[in-house]
Amino acid sequence: MSSKRTVIPFGPQHPVLPEPIHLDLVVEDEHVVEAIPSIGYVHRGLESLVDRRDYSDFVFLAERICGICSFTHSSTFCQGIEGLMGIEIPDRARYLRTLWGEYSRLHSHLLWLGLFADALGFESLFYNAWKIRESILNEMEATTGGRVIQGVCKVGGVRRDVSNDFLSGMDNRLDAVEDEMRELVNVFLNDYTVKKRVCGKGKLSAADAYALGAVGPVARGSGVAQDVRMTDYLAYKDLGFKPIIADSCDGYGRCEVRCKELFQSVDLIRRIITDIPDGDVSVAVKGNPDGEYFSRSEQPRGEVIHYIRGNGTKNLTQFRVRTPTLTNVPALVSMLAGCELADVPQIVLTIDPCIGCMER
Amino acid sequence: MYGAVIAMKMLKTIIKQLTHKPVTTKFPAEPAKKFEATRGHIVFDPSKCTSCTICQKRCPAQAITVDRANKIWTIDRFKCVICGGCIEMCKFKCLSMENTYSAAATPAERGIDEYVITYVKPERPKKEAE
Repeated sequence: MSSKRTVIPFGPQHPVLPEPIHLDLVVEDEHVVEAIPSIGYVHRGLESLVDRRDYSDFVFLAERICGICSFTHSSTFCQGIEGLMGIEIPDRARYLRTLWGEYSRLHSHLLWLGLFADALGFESLFYNAWKIRESILNEMEATTGGRVIQGVCKVGGVRRDVSNDFLSGMDNRLDAVEDEMRELVNVFLNDYTVKKRVCGKGKLSAADAYALGAVGPVARGSGVAQDVRMTDYLAYKDLGFKPIIADSCDGYGRCEVRCKELFQSVDLIRRIITDIPDGDVSVAVKGNPDGEYFSRSEQPRGEVIHYIRGNGTKNLTQFRVRTPTLTNVPALVSMLAGCELADVPQIVLTIDPCIGCMER
Repeated sequence: MYGAVIAMKMLKTIIKQLTHKPVTTKFPAEPAKKFEATRGHIVFDPSKCTSCTICQKRCPAQAITVDRANKIWTIDRFKCVICGGCIEMCKFKCLSMENTYSAAATPAERGIDEYVITYVKPERPKKEAE
């Protein structure tokens, strides 16, 4: 005999998840039968500002869509404008954008690992993850001038060059970071207490991940090899990129993908540092964008799409962003059906939700 | 045997934790970490500004206003996002970036900075009468 159904609200303010998403959890005993999401708590209307700002100034605004994947947002926007205007950026700028993109992936994944440990109640692991993240942020600040908002991308290239001497110094410092990360990842992947909380929780089959349009580590954690870096944008063509996938289709799989991507990013950064060509970092831009363009790139959380439309004036007429969190919400709803109430916060965290970025 | 291995590992971690230096710094007793590239705050040199207003037009946060009639250059520190765009635009090199962050303040204490432009247009050398 089934018991009476109750609706328990989760969020928009919740101790585990600082981001404002609201879920109505329909529960039967301790089991969630259905989760109904509602969004729209932090809509800022950033996209509509596009017709009041010069397209080259909008790069700074595009960067502020998200506080974690800020660099990827600005580079995707610039990539779109460059595609629209037929600008070929110099090779060194291409490599530098890839370098900073991978550094931002490192810092985002370390941030997520910390938050995840915190959600599991593993405080010391959380501190350790963020301690490593701080050295990544220092490298970002030393090369771009900003810790989180880098402000280094511009239409036609990048605004700062990094000297080759500094790049080789970064390479040496990565060794220490890699050792620390190995120690950290060992706990996430092999520790008994962590495994108890994540293994078999938040199941998402490969077929479901594909059908629901999951992107990024959520799709790859379910064995779907979906990664925009395979499409050879920026310098990934020269670096020979292969996506990392996990087959366990649960929270552990998604955690494993992110842990392994840390080392993959370190390898990519090492290759960028050895292969980076010399030369200019930007080209002069003349004229205004006319036409429409879809620009795609891989953020730490998954695929992001910037749609840009211009009419030959300095203001664009339309701008639309599809962020990875929005596409992962249907997958999240499917994961939550059938789970236990106590597991809800950590299942929500496994999709790495960024609501500020989702609602813009 | 297995227990001994675990105990050794634990001992190693404990010794490491007890002997290493603190990871955090004692701010504000110790100054905050900064780099050469750090974007701290914008510095204006009133002796070079020709009031061309390009910084005002291109500021993405609309933090800069230039009053050409009264020769006053104003920056709202609370609106400025320290992107450094104005420094790149300025043809007369009167803007520069310092890598120190300013201390916390309220808008009344340090909101709007006003500068009186002291630039004097150099006189053209007169052509000698033929």
